[in-house]
Amino acid sequence: MYKILEARSVGFKIKQFVIQAPRIARKQQAGQFIILRLHDRGERIPLTIKSSDPEAGTVTIAAQAIGKTTSLLNCLEAGDYIKDIVGPLGHPSEIKKFGTVAIIAGSVGTAMALPTANALRKAGNHVIFIEGARNTEMVVFEDEVRAASNETYIMTDDGSYGEKGLVTKKLNDLVAEGRKIDFVLAVGPVPMMRAVAQVTTPLGIKTMVSLNSIMVDGTGMCGGCRVLIGKNAMFACVDGPEFDASLVNFELLMQRNAMYRDKEAESLKLFEENKEKELAQIRAQFPKQEAQRA
Amino acid sequence: MPNKNTLPNKERMKIARTRMPELAPDVRNKSFEEVNLGLCAEAAKTESTRCIACSRPGCVQKCPVGVKIREVVDLVYAGDFLGAAAKLREDNSLPAITGRVCPQENQCEGGCLLGKKGESVAIGNLERFVADYERLSGQLGLPVNAPSTGKSVAIVGSGPAGLSAAGDLIQKGHRVRVFEALHEIGGVLLYGIPEFRLPKEIVRGEVENLRKMGVEFETNVVVGKSVTIDELMRDEHYDAVFVATGAGLPIFLGVPGEHLNGVYSSNEFLTRVNLMRAYKFPEYDEPVYDCRDKDVIVVGGGNTAMDAVRTAKRLGAKTATLVYRRSAQEMPARAEEVKHAREEGVQFRMLTNPLEFLGDEKGWLTGARCISMELGEPDASGRRSPVAIPGSEHVLPANMAIIGVGTTANPLIQSTTPDLATTPRRYIQADPESLRTSKRGVFAGGDIVTGSATVILAMGAGRKAAASIHEYLTTGEWETKAATKA
Ligand SMILES: Cc1cc2nc3c(=O)[nH]c(=O)nc-3n(C[C@H](O)[C@H](O)[C@H](O)COP(=O)(O)OP(=O)(O)OC[C@H]3O[C@@H](n4cnc5c(N)ncnc54)[C@H](O)[C@@H]3O)c2cc1C
Ligand code: FES
Repeated sequence: MYKILEARSVGFKIKQFVIQAPRIARKQQAGQFIILRLHDRGERIPLTIKSSDPEAGTVTIAAQAIGKTTSLLNCLEAGDYIKDIVGPLGHPSEIKKFGTVAIIAGSVGTAMALPTANALRKAGNHVIFIEGARNTEMVVFEDEVRAASNETYIMTDDGSYGEKGLVTKKLNDLVAEGRKIDFVLAVGPVPMMRAVAQVTTPLGIKTMVSLNSIMVDGTGMCGGCRVLIGKNAMFACVDGPEFDASLVNFELLMQRNAMYRDKEAESLKLFEENKEKELAQIRAQFPKQEAQRA
Repeated sequence: MPNKNTLPNKERMKIARTRMPELAPDVRNKSFEEVNLGLCAEAAKTESTRCIACSRPGCVQKCPVGVKIREVVDLVYAGDFLGAAAKLREDNSLPAITGRVCPQENQCEGGCLLGKKGESVAIGNLERFVADYERLSGQLGLPVNAPSTGKSVAIVGSGPAGLSAAGDLIQKGHRVRVFEALHEIGGVLLYGIPEFRLPKEIVRGEVENLRKMGVEFETNVVVGKSVTIDELMRDEHYDAVFVATGAGLPIFLGVPGEHLNGVYSSNEFLTRVNLMRAYKFPEYDEPVYDCRDKDVIVVGGGNTAMDAVRTAKRLGAKTATLVYRRSAQEMPARAEEVKHAREEGVQFRMLTNPLEFLGDEKGWLTGARCISMELGEPDASGRRSPVAIPGSEHVLPANMAIIGVGTTANPLIQSTTPDLATTPRRYIQADPESLRTSKRGVFAGGDIVTGSATVILAMGAGRKAAASIHEYLTTGEWETKAATKA
């Protein structure tokens, strides 16, 4: 069991958790992720690591409530426990001096982009951070984004905050102004990452995207997370999660990510009807004395 | 020995082999309950009567770990079932498991003289019987551990190799901690082999016994990612490490359309169903493709393919078809599984090989374009190799396809342990006798050394490793027995 030390809402249906997980905290590097399972009957889902504190033995993750597991996770509070967390998984981001880098993140993807932005800035890059969100409520971690970047742009679809428009509008604007961008990292919904790739590939700007395919084990054992990179089948969990955007088959990723859509909807609906019962059931599994102390 | 069998051999040979009671095929193909129900004491004794007590028993010679089968059978005959179990355990630490999953027809039973003319003694069923008898009696005498040596051993991977090594090492007085990447202990026994063949309760029982003996388990640790071998030795002060990580990387066919929705590796399908209990969705959260009233094909001819196709049948598939490129004789699966699968309504499409998977506009699988094969000359494995028949392409309708053609080494440990020598195919190199690798203090065994093999061989490797680790920890002497770089 992994104890939640802090739980805080940071945006619309987006919550941040600080969790006791000393092994992961010790090893985590920018770009890596975890897989968690909330309870005995739970599914295994990948989530990004936002930061870690090796001294305190804690990792910080952020999750947006979309399916059943993320919705249940977002009901948990400080003092609660998560049954299983494994990580850090995947290869870390490549950190070196590129020159000017653009970090493009969509909403909760910002959590994953932040550690890489920080590391790239530390490595001497000029960091442009473009955060996109549907509306003002979905803009998350703005202070941290500003602290991690030399230039910050917030874009909202409806213009309720920052500038109105998609992240690619800003990217195109910067390019049109003649800004030289040496490296791009995009993390977020698949259509957003594809749109970024469509801008940068013709310009020959090296671009990495962090792929969120459906995973089970996260160790290369099942192949469920496979993606097509050029002509090669790769496993996102062990070969990625970051891949060269110009080679990624985004359509296939979207197709495979839709595989369990009906099941996910069914599961979510059942959960919403039995939320309190389900929460009580999993809280009953928490270690007893610890729970009292908390 | 009391109660010696005095029946003349001629009479013994007249007794028919006892049949294993089974769930009826049309009941079990809708259920995950264990198929085999086990022998009763009376049947086990009758079966033991059939043994003609060869002076040089072929069964023992053909057992990969040399279980003293003749003595075990004698003890069954004498009605000393606990004694028989203890005798088994001298050479095999997981008898309730191997009694269920060993390919007996190629091993002990294949060496039984009775089998030359008629049917061999049902050694596997007897093994299972005594192991279950011992377990259910609650009289499993846990051995007493030797006084603490002050040494500690890290075991990476909790399949049969890791578990059996842990059991032996804890008895020698070492501290033992098993690290497992998944959230539950058991390796393939848990995530691969289905409930209807090996109830998970049995695996959990074995793990519980090890826990009681003092073995520590830490799940959710991917060695190579969460911690490296070097860190285990340097920062966590393990004196020796046993790598028993199996051969878990799935092999795909590499044909077009393999990314369509509905195409799975057998590992993914079985893991979702066994480890994650997707067959109980939505009570359990993990989903799996809904096989009900669908056409399912499974590619392969080994135990994995057989497990996948029978699982699909149980999940309600309209048709569950095994597609194999050689003929039925060449199938490496256990004979009993093939028989069970046929009875359960699995269809066998032999000498057929998929060339391409076909899908609809939304990316869902609709069929497999296959080609018929015929058998040509024997290949390196001694089996006649399949050759495509020109012009025999045809389409098999399928909504789901499961690829169960084998697995290979997972490179996570090898790639993060620079001084660990590997074979050209990325398996870990270990000396066949001492299981020592090229790195001081590190041993390896089971599928990660041999490639996918069997539970009994992995169990045997675990025990061999334990003996070798104990020797190393006692003498501190390494070089002479280490693997040499190829
Ligand atoms: C579906 C299926 C059916 C089978 N049926 C039979 C049968 O009927 N009879 C038979 O004899 N054999 C059968 N086999 C083969 C048999 O199961 C294997 O040969 C045996 O389990 C190998 O044991 P092992 O201990 O070497 O590895 P495994 O059982 O593979 O265990 C390895 C463990 O290590 C863990 N691991 C891997 N990497 C790491 C890491 N980096 N850090 C931490 N942990 C790690 C894995 O998660 C796994 O739990 C079957 C195999 C499969 C897949
Ligand atoms: S999640 Fe199973 S191989 Fe990547």
